[in-house]
Amino acid sequence: MPAPERILPEKRVLTNKPRPSDVAFRTTLNVMSYSSLLILAAIGGFLAFRGFGAFKENGFGFITHAEWSSIVGDNGKEISSFGLGAMITGTLIISTIALFIGVPLSVLTALFLTFYAPERLKRLLVTVVDLMASFPSILYGIWGFIVLAPMATYWAKLVYKYLGWIPFLSVPSPAFDRSPFLAGIVLSIMIIPIVTSVSREIFAQTPLERIQAAYALGATRWGMIRAVALPFGASGVVGGAMLGLGRALGETVAVYSVLNIVFKINWHILYGYGGNIASMIVQKFGEASFTEKKALLAAGFVLFVMTLLVNMVANTVVQRAVKSGK
Amino acid sequence: MTTTTMSPVTPRQPWKATKADLIPVFGALIIAAVLDFAVVAVTPMKGKLAYALLFFIFGAGFQMALKWRNLGRRAAIDSLAGSVAITGAVIAFIPVASLLETAIVKGFKGLYLGFFFHDMSVANYQSPLNQGGVIQAIVGTLYLIILATLISLPLSILTALYLTEIRGKASGFIQFLVQAMSGIPSVVAGIFIYSALLLTTSLRGSTIMAALALAILMIPTVTRTAQEVLLLVPQDLREAGLALGATQWKTVATIVVPAARNGLITAVILGIARIAGETAPLLFTLGVSNKINWNPFSGGQSALPYYVWSGLGDGTELGIDRAWSGILVLLMLVLTLFVVARIFGTRKVKIK
Repeated sequence: MPAPERILPEKRVLTNKPRPSDVAFRTTLNVMSYSSLLILAAIGGFLAFRGFGAFKENGFGFITHAEWSSIVGDNGKEISSFGLGAMITGTLIISTIALFIGVPLSVLTALFLTFYAPERLKRLLVTVVDLMASFPSILYGIWGFIVLAPMATYWAKLVYKYLGWIPFLSVPSPAFDRSPFLAGIVLSIMIIPIVTSVSREIFAQTPLERIQAAYALGATRWGMIRAVALPFGASGVVGGAMLGLGRALGETVAVYSVLNIVFKINWHILYGYGGNIASMIVQKFGEASFTEKKALLAAGFVLFVMTLLVNMVANTVVQRAVKSGK
Repeated sequence: MTTTTMSPVTPRQPWKATKADLIPVFGALIIAAVLDFAVVAVTPMKGKLAYALLFFIFGAGFQMALKWRNLGRRAAIDSLAGSVAITGAVIAFIPVASLLETAIVKGFKGLYLGFFFHDMSVANYQSPLNQGGVIQAIVGTLYLIILATLISLPLSILTALYLTEIRGKASGFIQFLVQAMSGIPSVVAGIFIYSALLLTTSLRGSTIMAALALAILMIPTVTRTAQEVLLLVPQDLREAGLALGATQWKTVATIVVPAARNGLITAVILGIARIAGETAPLLFTLGVSNKINWNPFSGGQSALPYYVWSGLGDGTELGIDRAWSGILVLLMLVLTLFVVARIFGTRKVKIK
């Protein structure tokens, strides 16, 4: 058998040109990564475009006026006046109540989980908090309507009895059902998971050496929390609270189930009517005429912008807090 | 050199509470409970609220007094802070217990075997509870989950890969947008699809429309979780792949993604859990149906959250009973997803 002929391989050409497969891969990713921008722009664009008529007709009053009516007159022409004033103030009022109740409870829970709870209990409760976040909002709605509403009415009466002299806790007449107070409590429960988990994450990042330094200087546990953990976690808690606010502003089904939605500005939080942009859209949509639907889409645009701004600020704050902790 | 022998010492943990320390704590709580009942019995204050409030005042008060007597003012304040933290946590967890308890107790009433096999074409919301069921809603919800996953999965995974593998100039901006997207209220997603596709066209609400709306809500959840998981894949693996002469595409497709497979499954399940219970977008995009509709592209559809919504909207006692049963089924679905996600999540990155 003759010796096999040695075949020299062809000289390799070295190049730093990326392979076609990589070019395709990277291009796809580059293009697809902009899908989120596209979606956000499309939402803003479409809602603004459809709602433009309502903005134009009602002008600035679309934000400030409290009246929302659409009547077909004798000549078949539709006479309409749309204003979101009552709904915007209502949304802000119930979100404020939600923050007022939900944030302290969440911060206490986060402190308890981070600094007080034994390891096993902590792991269990962290899972429960995550679970709470995944409950469907309609569950909160129906629970709020059936279980919480009678209790909240009772609490509202108690508050009114003892604190009724404070202007916003007074009521024009004794009607306490389906009040902003009740809606605020339901929302406060719904924002507890997110505010708690963000705060807990921040508290858990408190530098150990600072904690130990505080103890070494003779601080009690509360002394350590006040001097080290709270100042360290403050910005994270603020960010978490704002994420909670973002959720509270846009909540629809739960609020719709418990709140009596009326187009009148109501400062009396215990009194039985209020407003919320998101649930108002659901309430009016079914029987709305074409013009009114467009106005409702404009209302959706207002809600979209509000929540987007709050969330953007909140995320920036949380991001900063997390970064400074690392 | 001299050797010293050490006698074994049992380690002491002086920071741990001994039994002797716990006696006054529990003693104080018991006394507080007794006093609590006594005061509620003799004064006009009544109700659970009074019990809870007084128990807190007495319990925290006694602990404080004990600490003050033994250790001084600062220890007393510390004890009060501890009591407040524990009370806050208890109050925050009461709703969870109440939600689960009510859903199970009230939802169980309307459950019968046929509930899972019948649809609502043979009954309405006021029919007796042993007629009709949720099969059409279960099918609808499964359809929605599958379609929304098919729509959102490519977008989210590719965005996550962009954020972890390419890390281009736009990474920060894209990250910011994804986070902003996660704050979109669900009702906005619904009316967006309505305004873009249904308002001025001849199209009507159908499964695919609702799935589009739900996909918008699903994308940020999946993207963020997937991104976290992909970041857990060791950088060494990527470098090893490239060093062996693989292209980036080959490295990602054959090393990075398989290594993160379990975590990516978790991401998808969390996304599904996020949307399975959404109601608001369905009200604008789903249409109505009381029977199973196998065609996702035309005709109305039902879904579990929508079933609950209709029952609640019906307002009658039977309607609300039906809503509770529907929510129990929905809750079981969400809980199952949650548990499955946990199981996969415990082994996020697997390297063979």
